This record gives sequence, C-alpha cells and structure tokens, in this order.
Amino acid sequence: MLPESVSELLKGLESKSFSSEEITRAYLDKIKQQNDSLNCFITVTEEQALEAAKASDQRRANGTSGPLDGIPVAHKDLFCTTGTTTTCASRMLENFIPPYESTVTRKFAEAGAISLGKTNMDEFAMGSSNENSYYGPVKNPWNLEYVPGGSSGGSASAVAAGLCAAATGTDTGGSIRQPAAFCGITGLKPTYGRVSRLGMIAFASSLDQGGPMARTAEDTAILLNVMAGHDPKDSTSSTHPVEDYTASLNQDLSGTRIGLPKEYFSGNLNADTGKSLEAAIKVYESLGATVEEISLPHTELSVPAYYVIAPAEASANLSRFDGVRYGHRCDSPKDLEDLYRRSRAEGFGAEVQRRILVGTYALSAGYFDAYYRQAQKIRRLIKEDFVRAFDHIDAILCPTTPGAAFKIGSKSDDPVQMYLEDIFTVPTSLAGLPAIALPCGELDGLPVGMQLIGNYFNESKLLNLAHRFQSETDWHQRRPQI
Amino acid sequence: MEWEVVIGLEIHVQLATKSKIFSGSSIAFGAEPNTQASAVDLAMPGMLPVMNEEALRMAVKFGLAIDAEVSERSVFDRKNYFYPDLPKGYQISQLEYPIVKTGQVDIHLEDGTKKTIGVTRAHLEEDAGKSLHEDFHGMSGIDLNRAGTPLLEIVSEPDLRSAKEAVAYLKKIHSIVTYLGISDGDMSQGSMRCDCNVSLRPKGQEEFGTRTEIKNVNSFRFVEKAINTEIERQMYILEDGGSIEQETRLYDADKDETRSMRSKEFANDYRYFPDPDLLPIEIDQAYIEEVRQTLPELPEAKISRFCSDYGLSDTDAGILAASREQADYFEAVATKSGDAKMAANWVMGELAKYLNQNGLEISQCPVSTDALGGLIARIKDNTISGKIAKDVFDVMWTEGGEADAIIEAKGLKQVTDTGAIEAIVDEVLANNAAQVEQYRSAEEAKRGKMIGFFVGQTMKASKGKANPQQVNQILKQKLDG
Repeated sequence: MLPESVSELLKGLESKSFSSEEITRAYLDKIKQQNDSLNCFITVTEEQALEAAKASDQRRANGTSGPLDGIPVAHKDLFCTTGTTTTCASRMLENFIPPYESTVTRKFAEAGAISLGKTNMDEFAMGSSNENSYYGPVKNPWNLEYVPGGSSGGSASAVAAGLCAAATGTDTGGSIRQPAAFCGITGLKPTYGRVSRLGMIAFASSLDQGGPMARTAEDTAILLNVMAGHDPKDSTSSTHPVEDYTASLNQDLSGTRIGLPKEYFSGNLNADTGKSLEAAIKVYESLGATVEEISLPHTELSVPAYYVIAPAEASANLSRFDGVRYGHRCDSPKDLEDLYRRSRAEGFGAEVQRRILVGTYALSAGYFDAYYRQAQKIRRLIKEDFVRAFDHIDAILCPTTPGAAFKIGSKSDDPVQMYLEDIFTVPTSLAGLPAIALPCGELDGLPVGMQLIGNYFNESKLLNLAHRFQSETDWHQRRPQI
Repeated sequence: MEWEVVIGLEIHVQLATKSKIFSGSSIAFGAEPNTQASAVDLAMPGMLPVMNEEALRMAVKFGLAIDAEVSERSVFDRKNYFYPDLPKGYQISQLEYPIVKTGQVDIHLEDGTKKTIGVTRAHLEEDAGKSLHEDFHGMSGIDLNRAGTPLLEIVSEPDLRSAKEAVAYLKKIHSIVTYLGISDGDMSQGSMRCDCNVSLRPKGQEEFGTRTEIKNVNSFRFVEKAINTEIERQMYILEDGGSIEQETRLYDADKDETRSMRSKEFANDYRYFPDPDLLPIEIDQAYIEEVRQTLPELPEAKISRFCSDYGLSDTDAGILAASREQADYFEAVATKSGDAKMAANWVMGELAKYLNQNGLEISQCPVSTDALGGLIARIKDNTISGKIAKDVFDVMWTEGGEADAIIEAKGLKQVTDTGAIEAIVDEVLANNAAQVEQYRSAEEAKRGKMIGFFVGQTMKASKGKANPQQVNQILKQKLDG
C-alpha cells in the first residue's frame, strides 16, 4: 500500500522505499480503472509520464533531485503544456496543442514533478459543478450521482479518488475552494498575483489565480513553494517576497485571532454545515486561538458584482477565439461574419456563450456605468470590508459553500441558483485575498468544508491554521469508497 | 453665406522602439509576412502583454516637448471589436487616463504670424496587423508583423481653420517627433498617419457644425487635398440647404474625392474597459525630470536661436529648423564657412534643389558639411565667384572631393590680377569698337545698362573666372576714362 500524501511520497522516494516509476505506474493503473466512471482526466500522458518518472529516478540516484521530484501530479486543462493538447474543456480548443509552456507547469516540471495528464473542468473555467464541459461532467468520487464542484472539478475528483498525488487548479470565484470542499480535499487560492498567470488560459484576468489542490495543508504548502513567485512575463504577478510555506505549519496558535463574519453564518448556510463549522471553531479554541464575530457588510453584493466583472472581462478575453488563427473553425464560411458567428456558436458551450453575452451587455454604451462601473465600486467596498477586518484579526473562518455537493442535473437549469453557490467564495476573489478550503465534517456521506481567509500574502498563516486543524482531526484522511 | 472651417487632427505616430509595445518582437518594416509575430502578437491563449518601457519614455518625452502635463498615473484600456487583423479581438489603448494631457504647439503661418494649436491629449496604443486582399484566391491574407507596433495617438483641439494650417500643424508635430527621435516620421511607410475631422459653421457662430472624419491620410499633400476636397463637398451641401451627416470618410487620392466609409448608426460600440492584464502605469516626478534632462533643443527654440545668433529671418529659420538633420547640417556649414547667411542660402537653395531632384533626404546627402562649408569660404574670400561655385558644387555632388582640390584641378580659380583682367578688357573693347562708340555717345543715365554688355563679354572671354567686381571697375575706368 503506497502512502497518499505528497509529503509521505517524498519521504518514501528519498528512502528508496519505492521509485517514481513504481508510483507513477500505480497512479496510471488507477486512472485506467476509474477514469471511465469519474471522467476527471481529459488527456492522460502515460508515455511522457513514465519517461519523466525514469528520468526522475535517475536524478534521485545522482543526488540532483528537485523539491517535487518523482511526484505524480495532474494539471487543470487550462494550463498550456508544450506538445500536449490544452482544451479548456471546450470544443473551441479540442485540437489545440500549445507551442509553449505555462509558468506554473514549467515550475512543476523543473521541480521534478511528473505530469500524469490534464484534468477536466468547466469549459473555460465557467461553472460551479463541472457539468459545463465539452468532455462531459466529472463525477464526485464520494457519490457518482453528485457533482464534484467546479470549475476545477477534474482536479478535485482526481485527488480525492487518489488518481494523482496532487493537482493544480485555478480559482476565479471559488473554482479551487468549492470543488475542494465538495470532494473533501484541501485547496488553496493564493493572493492575486502570487502565482503567474502566463500560459494559463484566461477567464477573468483580474480574478484568475492558480493554486494547489492536495490531500493535506502540508502538501498544499509544498506545492505552493513550487508555484509561487514573480514572473516578469505577467505584469500582474507580485514581487512580494516568497516564503518557505512549510516553515510555519506547526506554529503555536495561542493568541491567534479568528474572525467569524456574521453575514456568512446566516440565511444561506445549511444548518448541518453550520454544526460542522461550530465543531471546527471549538478545535481552534482548544488550540489557543480566540474567536470573535466580525462584520463584512457588503457580502451580499458580491455575487451580483462578480457576475458583472467576471463576464465583462471574459467577453474580451474570449474574443481571440474567432476561428481565424487557431481553434475551431466552422466548415466553409460564406464570409467573415459567418466565420465568426458559426465558429463561435459551434465552438463555445451554452454557459460560455451566456457569460460572453452578459459581459458584452454590461460593457455596452449606455449600460457601462450602471453595471461595470457600479460593480467596480462594490468591489472596492468589499475589499475595504476585509481590510478593516484584518486590522484586528489574523484570519477569517467561514463556510466554503452553503451546503455539501448537489446532485448532477439538479441546478443546471437555473443559472442564478448555480451562481449563488459562490456566495462564500467570490468576496475573497473580488478582494484578491488568499483563502484555503479544507474538510471539517461529513453530511449524508458527502464531505463538508470550511474556509479560512487570510490577509494579503499571508498564505503562511492560513497553512499554519489548516495544518494545525488537520493535526487534531482526521476529516482530511477520510476516503470515498469506490 | 460666409463659412468658417473647423479642423482637428488625430495623428498616429509610430514610435521608434526596438520592439513592440507589449512583446519582444521586432518592429522593423518590410519583413516577410508573420515573421515578426510572437505568441503574444498572435494572441495565443494564455499569453500576456508586458509594457515596453521605451515606448512609455518616448510618450513622456513628447508630453514634455509640447508643455503638457504628463500623467503620473495612466491606464490601458481594451477597445473591443472583431477584425481578422486584430488578433485579440481588442486593441490595447488608453481612453479615460491618457499618458499625456493637454499641451500645445506653435505653428508659423505663411503671412509670418504665429498661432498656438491646442493638443487635447496623446495616448499610447498598439497597432493592428494588415489584411491583404490580393493574390489569395478570394480569401484574405493576414500579416501580423505590424500588430503590436507602438503608436502615440496625438489628438488636437479643433483649433485649425484651413487645410494649410492643418498641414503646418502636422509638419510641426512631424518635426517635434523626429527631433525627439521617437519616430522616423516616414509617412510613406505609415510611421505617421492622420485622421482629419472637418466641419463648417457660419462665420461668427460659436457652435460647431456636424463633422466628418477622413481616415488614414498618409502624406502632407494628401492632407491638404483631402481637407480642401471635403470642405468643398460640405460647403456645396450646406449652401444647397442640406445637412452634413456625421460619418467616417475615406480619401481617394486618384479621384481626389472623399467617400463615405460608415455612418454614425453603424459606428462600433467599442466597449472600452481597463485592461486587467496590465497594471496602471505609475511614474513619479523624478522619472519625468530624468526624461526632461534628455530632451534635445526643440524646433521653436532652434528657430529663435537661428534668428538671434545668425540674423536669419523667421521664415528661413523655420525652413532650416524643420528637421533636426537639416538644422544640424546648416549649423555645421555655417560654422565651417564663417558665413551663416550664405550657408542658409546654399542649404535652402542649391543643396535642396539637388536633394529634391535625386529624391534624397539630407541625411543621405553626398556632400559633407565640411565640403560645402569650404566651398562657401572660397566664395567669401573671392577665390571663386558664386556662379563658378555652382559648378564646383556639381562636381562635389557627382564626384566628391573638397572645394580647393576641385578648383585647383579644374583651373577654376578666379582671376583677380588687375593686369590680366585689363588685358582681357582691352581685347573686348578692341573687338567691339562700334559698341564702345555707342556707349561713349550715350547719355550718362543710359550707360549703366549698356555696360552690362561689356561685362558679359569680358566674363565670357575669361571663362567666368574674372572677378566680376574688378571687371566692372576696370571697364568703367576705360570706357568713361
């Protein structure tokens, strides 16, 4: 029986208990057995993975291994990978093979990680259930009738089911945290600008942020060490110094002040989720942290503001998919107009088209002030709410989602209901703050998650809080029976 | 009715950076299609723009040169529209917060007066690629070499009142950007392009009339012609009781007419919004001051200096200072020859004529400033006459060489030996006894004109080398004697 966490796998590789080739084969076997039912991989790069694993074993023998050497991971299929199809789960990019590598996947490769393949997702990262994929819905390994969350649903499902040791995800309004919560794993959305966006196919540029998805907070810290850092080719990436995120995992929590935003513990929250959170709060109190109620008064405006800003940016970001240079092109276009219309109508799924239309509308002459400008004002107010709160607290504890995972198909006909799933994750995205989601309970056989939100670039504190919780509890060790 | 013309120009200046405004690709003109287009320029998925600091520096230079306020914070926006040569489906430009705010430039009008033209703003943006419609069997070819080339769009106030003023303003902007070295200003290669907004209003009316915009005019001459053609068209409609439709028009130089391109109803809604891939540009006063230190002497300053230091007229100084190369050339010739006025006349006259005839820029001039200065020095010290100097110049132009060597080799040295000139004069008088008789019997008042004949004959006999003043003097003595 192989260990499951990245930290233990690294120990085993170091002590030669097993080779990277062995564990890579084991993961590939598992993918073969389970991917048909889970649908979490769009592309499996078996040959390259085995070759890379052998090279990794060689490096380890030579004593030149990197921090993730030999660890089999999976990448969300919007990180461009040289020579490997990068689809964004869209028909538009069904055959798109990038001639360049994203900074994130390059850093993983340079750290010695083995890529097993590319994971399924909501098309162009637009969705909260992973039902919006050209490659079909991803299943939640805890119950195949349930959604894994989205948009990084493939990565979450693969990590939860043990089809990879860890995975990359991206989070625009909750796309790492919500699927992590639904699948019972740990997922971190770093501060906006902490991780390079170069080669990460854009949904909403001012919100998109790549981050790690793994079994434990410690694994998440190990992965963040590899991913974080300034990239001169991404103007929005931060020059804020990078820390060793594993260094303060075990720090004492006495005196840590945790805020509980009252707006997150009312109305929308499912009662049973609330109970799990109360238990988590008790754990922190027992570890010496103090807890106090805080207020983030503009929380309820976050979903409407988010669903103006994100689609507005997306409407421009997705204009490049016009059938002219790459991607899907319709058959025998009559003229330019026809080429645009049909290539885009055929290439994009319904949700992507919906958001392009919403965003185009919000930016149009006569509506710009009422929608886009107004949404930007709300964004500032939400940010100020958090800045005020972090004046006197160290972290915020709150739910990640209103409830546990829902059934496939149960919300797909009601976009607004689906958008409300994001109520606890979008405020942090709008503010650009780091947040981590981790399991803290179970409800009818499905995981329940909590969310910790930290101050700008204070990922270390979040990882410290999450790790200490996981040292006291075993929710993160529970596995779906499949 | 008497109409007043109101014109505003939007000038796109291609900045002479080494690479594109948001990518590392070269912007050199004339490369094979799509060989200067990187993944960023092709708008490949996941690619991001990174601003070229050199383009920013150039924009700041321009702002300082027109006494404008340079924004400490400016913002890039996305201007959204679909076109095959616009790879991202949006152009990165600046709308609400341009890098350069209100400034002004002075233009010199033909009547010798000066007029100040307001500049509303200047902003940075990227150029689009090119669509090629020939030789693709019913399809269009796309060349993205130009996509992402840095442009500075300079928008004037509607302060211009005639096509001539518009051209004078355009030339002034041209000389400023070339002085600053921020553009090669080559209009034939599209380094400077101009959109002209033209409207008419009854003289005395304050409110502007409806304007039309003539897109992409690419030479000084066409700007003048396009505007005049458009003025005529509008006047014809207005005089007829009609009204002008706000629209974009194209100038057809072959037919010398403007044609409707698209009317206001079909105008694009560009859905501008701040580009989230680029942070706002933030610069401080220290940066602005540092750029200010690098500014060269600008055309206006040079014109005043030429007037005061060299005693040139405003008009001559203006012509010489139109380009930095020409101004530098003139100053070098003036210094070498020791006679600024003569240097000015030669640079604006003979030299300009030769450059024109050969289609050369002053930077490509085969005659060095030392050579021309040396030539003028020889006129000044009477070694040769101005007329012979033109022959020497022709040799310099075609064969090269210094004035002294050419004068020596061709035996063009002026004859100033009184004895030698007297001998020629005697011969001329002897050969033209009848004319001498006529002269001597004529009234004093008519003699002035008549002496010209003898001067001509003497110069001819000396093969142009005799000193004309001496010839005149000796002839007078001998004839009046």
